[in-house]
Amino acid sequence: METILNILNLSKTYQSAGRMLTVLNDINFNITEGSTNAIVGPSGSGKTTLLGLCAGLDRSSSGSVELNGINLGNLTEDQRAQVRNQYVGFIFQNFQLLPTLTALENVMVPLELRNEKNIKARALDLLDKVGLADRGHHYPSQLSGGEQQRVSLARAFSNAPKILFADEPTGNLDAETSEKVVKLIFDLNKEAGTTLVLVTHDLDLAAKTQRIIRIKGGKLISNEKTING
Amino acid sequence: MGIDPVNYKRKINISWLFNMAWRDSRKNRSRLFLFISAIVFGIAALVAIYSFRYNVQNDVNGQAATLIGADLSVSGNKPAEPKLKHTLDSLGDQRSTERSFASMAYFPKTKGTRLVQIRALQGDYPYYGTIETTPESAGTAFKKGQTALVDKTLMLQFGVNVGDSVRVGKELFLIAGTLNKAPGQSGAMAGIAPVVYIPMQYLEQTGLMKIGSRVNYTFYYKYNHKVDMDKLTKKLDPVLDKAGMNYETIEMRKENTGRAFGDLGRFLSLVGFIALLLGCVGVASAIHIYVREKIASIAIMRCLGVKASEAFLIYLIQIVGIGLIGSVVGAALGTAIQHLLPIVFKDFLPFTISVEISWLAIWQGILLGVIISILFALLPLISVRNISPLNTLRISFDEAGSKRDPMRWLVYLLIIGFVLGFTYLQLDSWLGSLFFTLGILIAFMILAAVAWLLMRVMKLIINNGWSYLWRQGFANLYRPNNQTLILMVSIGLSTAFICTLFFIQSILIAQVNLSNSGNQSNMILFDIQKSQKDAVADVTRKQGLPVLQQVPIVTVRLEQINGKTAADLVKDTTIKIPHGVFAYEYRVTFRDTLSASEKLLDGTWIGKAEAGKDIPVSVEANLQKRAHLKVGDKLVFNVQGVPMPAYVASIRKVNWGKVQTNFQVVFPTGVLEDAPQFQVLLTHVPSNKVSAKFQQAVVKQFPNISIIDLGLVLSILDELLSKISYVIRFMSAFSIITGIVVLIASVRISKYQRIQESVLLRTLGASRKQIFAITALEYLFLGSLSALTGILIAVAGTWFLAKYSFEIPYAVSFIPAFVLFLIITILTVIIGLLNSRGVLNKPPLEILRTNA
Ligand SMILES: Nc1ncnc2c1ncn2[C@@H]1O[C@H](COP(=O)(O)OP(=O)(O)O)[C@@H](O)[C@H]1O
Ligand SMILES: [Mg+2]
Repeated sequence: METILNILNLSKTYQSAGRMLTVLNDINFNITEGSTNAIVGPSGSGKTTLLGLCAGLDRSSSGSVELNGINLGNLTEDQRAQVRNQYVGFIFQNFQLLPTLTALENVMVPLELRNEKNIKARALDLLDKVGLADRGHHYPSQLSGGEQQRVSLARAFSNAPKILFADEPTGNLDAETSEKVVKLIFDLNKEAGTTLVLVTHDLDLAAKTQRIIRIKGGKLISNEKTING
Repeated sequence: MGIDPVNYKRKINISWLFNMAWRDSRKNRSRLFLFISAIVFGIAALVAIYSFRYNVQNDVNGQAATLIGADLSVSGNKPAEPKLKHTLDSLGDQRSTERSFASMAYFPKTKGTRLVQIRALQGDYPYYGTIETTPESAGTAFKKGQTALVDKTLMLQFGVNVGDSVRVGKELFLIAGTLNKAPGQSGAMAGIAPVVYIPMQYLEQTGLMKIGSRVNYTFYYKYNHKVDMDKLTKKLDPVLDKAGMNYETIEMRKENTGRAFGDLGRFLSLVGFIALLLGCVGVASAIHIYVREKIASIAIMRCLGVKASEAFLIYLIQIVGIGLIGSVVGAALGTAIQHLLPIVFKDFLPFTISVEISWLAIWQGILLGVIISILFALLPLISVRNISPLNTLRISFDEAGSKRDPMRWLVYLLIIGFVLGFTYLQLDSWLGSLFFTLGILIAFMILAAVAWLLMRVMKLIINNGWSYLWRQGFANLYRPNNQTLILMVSIGLSTAFICTLFFIQSILIAQVNLSNSGNQSNMILFDIQKSQKDAVADVTRKQGLPVLQQVPIVTVRLEQINGKTAADLVKDTTIKIPHGVFAYEYRVTFRDTLSASEKLLDGTWIGKAEAGKDIPVSVEANLQKRAHLKVGDKLVFNVQGVPMPAYVASIRKVNWGKVQTNFQVVFPTGVLEDAPQFQVLLTHVPSNKVSAKFQQAVVKQFPNISIIDLGLVLSILDELLSKISYVIRFMSAFSIITGIVVLIASVRISKYQRIQESVLLRTLGASRKQIFAITALEYLFLGSLSALTGILIAVAGTWFLAKYSFEIPYAVSFIPAFVLFLIITILTVIIGLLNSRGVLNKPPLEILRTNA
C-alpha cells in the first residue's frame, strides 16, 4: 500500500504574548492511500492545528508534511492552494459554505476552478447523492445545519480528492443528523476510494475508522489499528 | 497509484472571476450601494464643473470677437501725439474712437444723480456683435443726434424712461435707448460702473475734457480682409509701448478671458475635488469593513484552491463594477446639475453661456470615478491577498500581518501621488498642490492620532467603578471590530472641509463689509479743482454736512529705487522689485503731520521739506514690503514730467479699514503745493435723501466733480457678495451632501458589525433600553470628538489659508462652528440609533439567521 500522507518530526509553536507555546511536539505518522483514519484527543490537544498542517493550510515550525509525495513545506501559499484544489477535500465543524452562493454553486466552485466540463450536471449529481437535489437553488442560510453539512460533503467530493480532511464534522449537529452525515461520509468515501482523515473527540465515531491516532498535549501517544483495520 | 504532477500554473480564468464577483456581491448589494453613493456627488460636482468649463471655453472662443467688438483695439490714458496719431489713423479699414471717463450723470426728471462711466463714441463700433439696447435700433441711431444710451439699472434706479433726458457735464442729452449690455461687460460690472453712451461730437460741449481729468482713449479697428495680426502687433508693440498704450486683439481677448475663467473653473474644480475626496474616505471605510466581513468567504475560497491573486481580483472586479455604476450615475447627475451653473454664474460672465452635454467631461468624470474607487478601495483590498485559509479552522484575522505588507506603502504612495497630480492639474502650481495635499495628509494624520489616543485612553481609564452602560458604551470604542478610526477620520474630515469652506466664506464677506455707520465718512467728492476747493467746502457746510477731510492729491510715478529703473528690472532678473511698483500711478498727498489712522513703524516723520535737498517721504508698510524698501533708500519720483529726488524717511502703518483718504506715499509740505493737483473732500451724509439733495447741489454748480456715494457702493457690493456667497454655498453643498452620505455610510456599515454583539447582549438579557443607551453613548462620544477635532483642524486650516492664500486678516466666528458641531454630533447619534433600531425591534434569532 502506498503512503499518501507522511508526517515527519512535525512541530508547531506559537508566539503568543511574548511566550513560546508549543502546540505540536515532534509528531510522526504515515497514512496509507485509501485508508480511513481518526485523530482523537481532548480539546486543546492540537488536533485542529495538526489537521491544518496536514492539509497545507498552515506552515510547520519544524519537520515536514509530505502529501502525495509533495513536500508542502517547499511550496508557496499559492502552490499549496493548487495542491488543495487538486488533491484535497475539506469538511468543517461549522460547514463553511460560501453564504452568497447557492448550494449548487457551492458544489460547483472546486470544479470551476479546475476548468472542468459538465460542471452543473456533475454538481447536481453530487447533490443528489447527498439527498439535496431539489435544494440546489437555496442559499446556506435557508438550509438546516445537517443540510449545510451535506452540501459541504458534496462540495468536498466534487473534485474527486485523493484525501479528505474532516474537522469535527458532527460537532455542530444533533445526534440523529450526525448519524446521517457520518453514514454519508463513509459511504461516499468508500465509493470514491478516498483517504479519510477525521478529527474528532467522539470515540464512537473514531471507532468506525481503520486507524486511530491519539494526541495529548501536542504529543502523539498512540497510533493503532482498530478492528476495522 | 503513481504520483500525478500538480498543475501549478493554472491560468486565471477571467470569466470565472467575473462570475464569482457577481455571485459574491449578491447578498451585499445594499452595502456596495452605500459605497456608490459616497462617490456619486463628488463625481456629479466634477462633471458639472468640467462641462461648465468646456462650455465656457467654447463660448469664449465663439464670442471673443463680440467681446472686443473689433479686430484690434488700442487704448491709453492720454491723447495720442501727432506722430502716433498718424500711425493710428493708418491702421484698419474701418475705425472708431471712444473716450471714457467717470463723471456724474444727472436726470432732471427725477433730479437723480450718480457717478457713471461716460463713453463718447464715434464710428461704427462695434463691428462684431452689437450694443444691446431697447429699442434695438437705438444702438446705432443714438450717434446721429444729441442723444444718449443709459444703462438699464440706472434707468430703473432713477425712474427715467426712453425719451427723458440726462445731463452730462453742461449738456443735456435725450435718452434714445436703454443700454442692456455694453460689449464685453458683465452684469456685475454694470452694477458698479453703469455706462452712459454719448456721441463723440458732443463731448467737447460737455466741458468735461479738462486737463487733469482721467480719460481713457480707445481706438477700434476693423479689417475687411484677412490680416496677420501677430505680425502687425509685433510691429506695433514697441511704438505703443513707448507711448504707454495697450492693444488687444481677438486672439488676446480669447486668451485673457479664458485665463480669467480658467481660474474660476480651477477654484470650482478644487471644491468639487474636495467633495470627491470626502467620498473617497467613504469608499475606503466601506471597503475596509466589507473586506472584514468577507474574511470567512475568502478563507473558504482559499481552502478550495483559489489563489491569493484570484481572490484579490474577484473583489477588485466588484469594486470596478460598482465604481463604474457610481461614476455613471454621478456623471448623469452632474450633466443635469450643469444646467444650474449658468444661472448661478451669469452675473459674473460677460457673455452668454451655452449648456451642452460635454462628452469629454462625462468621460473624464467616469474615468476619475473608477480610478478613485480603485485607488481608495485598494488599501483595504490588498489585505485580501493575506487572508489565510487557516481562518476556516480558526478566525484570527491578523491585521498586524497586513500592515507589514509593503504593498500598503505603494498604495499610500499612489494615493498621495494621485491627489498631488490631480490638484496640480487644477491649480497649475506645484507649491499650491503640495500645500493642498500636505494639508489633507496632516488632517488625516491628526484624526488618526486622536482616534488612536482615544482608544488608548479609554482602555486605561475604564474600570469597574463605572456603571455598566458607560463601561459598555465606551468599551465599544476600543474593542475588536471597533469603528473608532474610520468614523473619526470620515466624520472629522467632512467636518473639517465643510467648516473650512464656511469660515473662509464668512471671512471673505466680512472683509468687504465695511462699516457704514457712525460719523464715519461715507461720501467722497473728487476731481475738485484747486480753484473750486473753498467753494465746494462752502456748499457742503451750507447743506449742513461736515467737511471731514479735504486733501490735495497729486499723481506721480516712481522712476528709480536706489538708482534702479524699470529698464534695469528687465535686464537684471536678480532685482527683487515687482514691475508693478514702477508701472503704478501713485496718488500721493502732502501734509505736515501724521493722521489719526497712521502709525509710525520705522524712521522719523519729517513734515517739512528743506529746499535744495532730497525730499523726505513716508512710505506705507505694504508698499515698503512689496518694493523691498528700507529707511534711507533713495527714490526718484516723476511728478507730471518733473523728476524729484527723494528718500524714505519713515515707514507708516495705515488702518485701511476706515473710509478715509489713505496714501501709499506721503510727501512733506513745501514741495508739491504748485504741482497740478486736485482735491478730495470727505463728508458724512445721514440718509439717502440728504445724499441725493447734496449730490444735485454739487453737480449743478460743479459739473466736473465726481461723487462716490459709499452707501450705494456698499449696497451694490453687498448684493454682489451675496451672489458670490450663493455660488460658494452652491458648491459646498456638494461637499456637505457627500459628507452626510459618508457619515450615513460609515455608521450604517458599522451596523453590520454591531448586530452580532447587540443580539448577543439581548440574548444575555440586556433590555432594549440598555442597548439603546449603549449605542447612543458610543456615537455621542465619537460624533462629538470627531466633529470637535474636525473644527479645530478647520480653524488651523482657515488661519493658514487666510494668511498665505488670501492674505486677509484672520477671524473665525465660533457660533456657527458650534452650531455645526451640534448638528454633526446629533446627526451621528441619530443615524447611529436609526441603524440599530433594526436590531432592537427584531427577535434575535431572525437577525442571526439573515446575517449569517
Ligand atoms: N494562533 C494561535 N496562537 C496561539 N495559540 C494558539 C493559536 N492557535 C491555537 N492555539 C493553541 O493551540 C492549542 C491547540 O489548539 P487546537 O489545535 O485548536 O486544539 P484542538 O483542535 O485539539 O481542540 C490550544 O491550546 C490553542 O489555544
Ligand atoms: Mg479543534
